[in-house]
Amino acid sequence: MSAPLVPNLFAVCKVLVAAILSIVQQLIYALSGPIPPLRGLGDFVGSDPIVSIVTWLIVVTVVVLWVTVINLFTIMWVERKLYSRLQDRYGIMISVWSLPFWPFNRVHRPTHKGLGYLQNLADGVKLIQKENITPRNADSAMFHISPVLIASSTLMVFAVLPWSSGFYVANLDLGVLFMLAAFSLAPLGIMIAGYAANNKYTLVGGFRAGAMLLSYSIPMVLAVIALVVSTGTLDPVKIVQQQDHPIVLLGTALPIPAWNVFGPQVLGFLVFTVSMIAEMERVPFDIPEAEAELVEGWTTEYSGMRFGIVFAFKWLRMLAASALIAILYLGGWSGPVFATLSVGGIPVPIVPEEVWFVLRVYLLSAFFVWLSWSVPRVRIDQILNIGWKRLIPYSLLAILVAAAFRVIG
Amino acid sequence: MPEFWINMGPQHPMTHGLWNMKVKVDGETITDAKPEIGYLHRGYEKIMEVREFQKNVVLTDRLCYVSSITWSHAYCLAVEKMMGIETPERGQWIRVIALELQRVASHLMWLASYGPDLGLLTGLLWCLRERELFLDLIQLMSGARMNQNYPRVGGVRNDLPENFEAMCKRSIEHFLEKVKNEYPQIFQESKVFRMRTEGVGTISAADAINWGVTGPNLRACGVNVDLRRLDPYETYEEIDFEPQVWHDGGAGDSYARFECRFNELNESCKIILQALEKMPKTGPYRVKPPRRAEGEGYAKTEDSRGEALFFVIGDGDDRPYRVKIRSPVFCTMAATPQLLRGNKLADVVSILGSVDVCVGEMDK
Amino acid sequence: MSAVAQPVPEVTGRPVPLIEKEVLGSLKAAFGSKLTDGKVLRPRHLAVSIDRKDLIPLCTYLKNTLGFEHLSCVTAVDWKDHFDSIYHVENYYNGCMVQVTALIPYDDPKIASVTGLWRAANFHEREAWDLMGVEYEGHPNLERILLPTDFKFHPLRKDFAQEVDRQYITRRKLRGGT
Repeated sequence: MSAPLVPNLFAVCKVLVAAILSIVQQLIYALSGPIPPLRGLGDFVGSDPIVSIVTWLIVVTVVVLWVTVINLFTIMWVERKLYSRLQDRYGIMISVWSLPFWPFNRVHRPTHKGLGYLQNLADGVKLIQKENITPRNADSAMFHISPVLIASSTLMVFAVLPWSSGFYVANLDLGVLFMLAAFSLAPLGIMIAGYAANNKYTLVGGFRAGAMLLSYSIPMVLAVIALVVSTGTLDPVKIVQQQDHPIVLLGTALPIPAWNVFGPQVLGFLVFTVSMIAEMERVPFDIPEAEAELVEGWTTEYSGMRFGIVFAFKWLRMLAASALIAILYLGGWSGPVFATLSVGGIPVPIVPEEVWFVLRVYLLSAFFVWLSWSVPRVRIDQILNIGWKRLIPYSLLAILVAAAFRVIG
Repeated sequence: MPEFWINMGPQHPMTHGLWNMKVKVDGETITDAKPEIGYLHRGYEKIMEVREFQKNVVLTDRLCYVSSITWSHAYCLAVEKMMGIETPERGQWIRVIALELQRVASHLMWLASYGPDLGLLTGLLWCLRERELFLDLIQLMSGARMNQNYPRVGGVRNDLPENFEAMCKRSIEHFLEKVKNEYPQIFQESKVFRMRTEGVGTISAADAINWGVTGPNLRACGVNVDLRRLDPYETYEEIDFEPQVWHDGGAGDSYARFECRFNELNESCKIILQALEKMPKTGPYRVKPPRRAEGEGYAKTEDSRGEALFFVIGDGDDRPYRVKIRSPVFCTMAATPQLLRGNKLADVVSILGSVDVCVGEMDK
Repeated sequence: MSAVAQPVPEVTGRPVPLIEKEVLGSLKAAFGSKLTDGKVLRPRHLAVSIDRKDLIPLCTYLKNTLGFEHLSCVTAVDWKDHFDSIYHVENYYNGCMVQVTALIPYDDPKIASVTGLWRAANFHEREAWDLMGVEYEGHPNLERILLPTDFKFHPLRKDFAQEVDRQYITRRKLRGGT
């Protein structure tokens, strides 16, 4: 029913890399006419190990660029425009037409009425050119390492996250477990950041963050356990494959696809979503970064691009969380392919799996943005109350329900 | 972990204005609090002894810059009591309209800052959008949006323009619909908002009266005191409105203060519409005060934040001998240690935001 | 805060007419000889003058017997030959305001503090001490509140330099008139 645009990322990249390296090899052979020792270099460049290594590098670069450049900018743009419209204003409008040189600086054109997509790039450039201040008595090594920890642990999630049945860097058998574990490494970075900055506010923010994130990891994992009881596997590709058919009820196939959220897993879905909102540190659970009381919470002392990294990775965590929810409960990338073109003998689906997946991720993110900007934030002890006293019993109930359904049918 | 003092301020996004709140925390619970004020002290009482009576209105505007007409009006009323003159009737009605417009603008500014304190940043933009309506009305009436220099000793500076009544009715109708339909959706009906504000920062009525808390903060404790009713000035006796008093149990918490202040928006709009009906269509709006005066006069008015009292002593010269400014926020600040003790650190914003601090009037 | 919930005072919120004459009458009956001056200024407003040693008994009588529970403000005035400490006390039950003026000699600016009766006096008396230099004995925490803690003068006194700039003096006055 659904078909990917990139059936195997490695194969696609290998084809491209082999083509480019063969061109390079021909160039070196041509040069080795006058310079004979270059022939050996030409053989080396075209050999299999080099092609594989370069393919690996290109694959990782493609995925990192796809995630951090294209998706990050787009989700930041979506959020800023959406919440501005909620607040009855236009939102970011700086676009390419605001650049001060030709051909963009036309005279009779309003400079700031554009789409606003480049605003985030401009903000990033602004942050890069700022001075990176380290507080005087701060624990310098820990202070500098914690943004790296947060960034690297979030990127590890994207190393295993498949964007369709072929677009991934690595597909582990325990993929979901790996993603949850990498997601949960960030609290370590946050607590280190809060402690290392030699500031009472960040200390309080770091403690609150640690308490909240650790206590919401438990219902998160319990909900996934409830899911595993019925899917039997932690492989994200297989989980999506299991949801790719219509529901069969009493022998007739309904037009509803068999997403996990439409079955006995609905309670697990709710628990997982609420836990993910807390893990993403979004309002209503953004007490660690409660700007009204603690200035910026645990990120107070970071300036310049360090703050940019931490801030941007908050959005990437939102993408990762939405992607996880989409894979586990909302059918991942399954969706009808309406037509298939044939381009030079290669079948290209009109609406490939990647598009369905990205659509789901962005719709979920839009829902989180809508929620964040309509609700005040909850106090830390009320958050911990909800986490321990409400979500954990519900997730245990979800496990029981999943086990009961497995036993019945 | 031992207890330590945290400085909330003087540079802080939450404390609207320049003051410092030292809280002593034990983990997350507050055990003691000490407000430190005076960062914005401008020496008003001394300056006002050097300027003539009318010229001091420029200064009193800037006492609380968010609600300037109410403060200048209180000063003019005190000077008029001292001189023994009275504003003509149309002038009194115009003053009432100006005061209530300024009260709505001030309450909207408070609401616009209270939402973001709790994390509800949409509230900022919605409330400021409505405040623009009222600032436009105030600009139509007096020529400026802020620090208008509008009340005069003996009346007001100018009469209402011709299109004021139509524009006023249109703006108020639009605004009342918003207050009834849109705002409760993000404030009163939001469960998270109620979770954050109910039960925090409670103070009993007897304590509140003893500490000198006045205004909506006192009405939230259940005490039915509104100076526009208890000690009427201008033409408030002829207007039919309800002081918003919190009647249910559990009085005196942040949610009660919020509700009392929020409902005053409705009441002020009612007062404005009634005043537009009842005021005489023509007539003098100002009398010329004598240049020199001797005696003492005091005026107690219901400012947006509580009881604003001006006490003016003249000794026969053309400028006051002594001016005493009593600011409601100054007195409520003395009660904040009691409000804060026992609550959590995250409630500081909720409590201090509901008390509505304006540093300009507190520090004089 | 006490553990027992204190009852909310039953106030009607409306003023009682002609109450000021009754209050003045009861004050004169209780303190007749000590009042140097007592008169009704306006409806619901009366003024009383006493010497500084009678302040606490009068205030206790006002608060406990007559029900004046709200202290609006405490003002200190510098009359160059004596100080005045003026207390505005309000009654929420009938809307009456009593203005108590206590005379303080110039070279001994001390007076008893009323923070024991009304805790609202706490900040007001600190401000009067800070700006005017009148000392309130018995105040729990008499230190500077508005000015910096190391400020040496009391600015609101009449002998503290006031820059009388030409722009604040009218031309008529400059020419020698009044």
